[in-house]
Amino acid sequence: MKPAPFEYHRPETIEEAVALLGELGDAAKVLAGGQSLIPMLALRLTAFDHLVDIGAIAELTGIERRDGQIWIGAGTRFASVEASPDAAAGVPLLTRATRLIGHFQIRNRGTAGGSLAHADPAAEYPAVALALGAGLHVRSPRSERTVAAADFFEGLWTTSMEPDELLVAVSFPSWSGRCGFAVEEFARRHGDFAIAGAALGVQLDARGRVTRCAIGLLGLGATPERAGRAEESVVGRAAGEIDAEEIGRLAMAELESVPADLHGSAQYRKRVGAAMVARAWATAVTEAADA
Amino acid sequence: MPERSVTVRVNGRDRRAIVEPRLTLADFLRSHCRLTGTHLGCEHGVCGACTVLLDGEAVRSCLVFAVQADGAEVTTIEGIAEPDGQLSPVQAAFRDCHGLQCGYCTPGFVVSLTAYLRDHPDPSDEEIREALSGNLCRCTGYQGILKAARQAAAELGAGA
Repeated sequence: MKPAPFEYHRPETIEEAVALLGELGDAAKVLAGGQSLIPMLALRLTAFDHLVDIGAIAELTGIERRDGQIWIGAGTRFASVEASPDAAAGVPLLTRATRLIGHFQIRNRGTAGGSLAHADPAAEYPAVALALGAGLHVRSPRSERTVAAADFFEGLWTTSMEPDELLVAVSFPSWSGRCGFAVEEFARRHGDFAIAGAALGVQLDARGRVTRCAIGLLGLGATPERAGRAEESVVGRAAGEIDAEEIGRLAMAELESVPADLHGSAQYRKRVGAAMVARAWATAVTEAADA
Repeated sequence: MPERSVTVRVNGRDRRAIVEPRLTLADFLRSHCRLTGTHLGCEHGVCGACTVLLDGEAVRSCLVFAVQADGAEVTTIEGIAEPDGQLSPVQAAFRDCHGLQCGYCTPGFVVSLTAYLRDHPDPSDEEIREALSGNLCRCTGYQGILKAARQAAAELGAGA
């Protein structure tokens, strides 16, 4: 047995789970699908006195259309999102990002909420949530609140949730009209965390002018990043006249803390990131123009 | 730390044990059930050697605690062949196509492919490669494994 010893809790309702988190505070960690947490425990990168397994809480799973949004329970597994017609129709960007997560065996266990709460800056869901302005629904014994994705990711593996708060669901706004979406990422091996990547959505009006653009970046900071200036630069312009490489360069110009490690320097990651944004833009615009 | 009682239905038979919560399903299968066909390579979710079916879905058993599998059904490599010992189409294809070399990674490949071909009866070559990408073979004998996957897919598709 490689992980340090812990006490295991398996609540069956959200109420029970947040009561436990309230009581145990910092000593407890939520266990969802375990596809990031269990390796970290096995390698002893981290240890907790208590694990609160939310896998038995039925009310945490499901995918529904709610008021023009797609609501996804935090405990919903990636494989369920991948197979959901509602998700594919309402948030195509998420469906496409889901296929890039790990391998199918990982997607059978890993959960939407787990990925968001773990807040790995190289992961797909945080970048998509940030790009689309998702709402993260959070419960504690004290309160219930919805946190905008822009206020949720605070740093490497760090969110604005308090120790007694549980992520219960996430809602993604649905785009309508002439839209296109694409996720592009570069990894050394299939299924690895990407060195850099982009999740991009674009909406065009009848004349082919950009009415909306959303660009989420992964692997390019301590948190997922949103390329706000690059987004603004294209709105109102004719999509056909925009140079994809220019958007890529602009998206990288805003970044302040690009990581460097043995997989690549900050400069290299930026070059990869710019190429991924350019590719995603080209694919998304073609899709929107054909819609 | 308090130990917990778990009951897991493994290959059709209930197995009960009192375990530490930190015991992985992989270690539960190997140490408590004495089913050592499930192999452990990396023990942190990279190599895929420990893949088993948990309630029918292929998962890495090193990334599941035994306590999480309480009440679940598990199929290991020992439960893939017919009860009379006849090899499954995937197992037979591995033998026919030289998909076995040292054999260490084989249980993970066979279990993963069994689940994948059940859900995707007519995969393209590219889809087979993607499906197998979560399993590592240190002999690098991937060509034989790919060939086995194609043969098993053809046979299963023909029988459907």
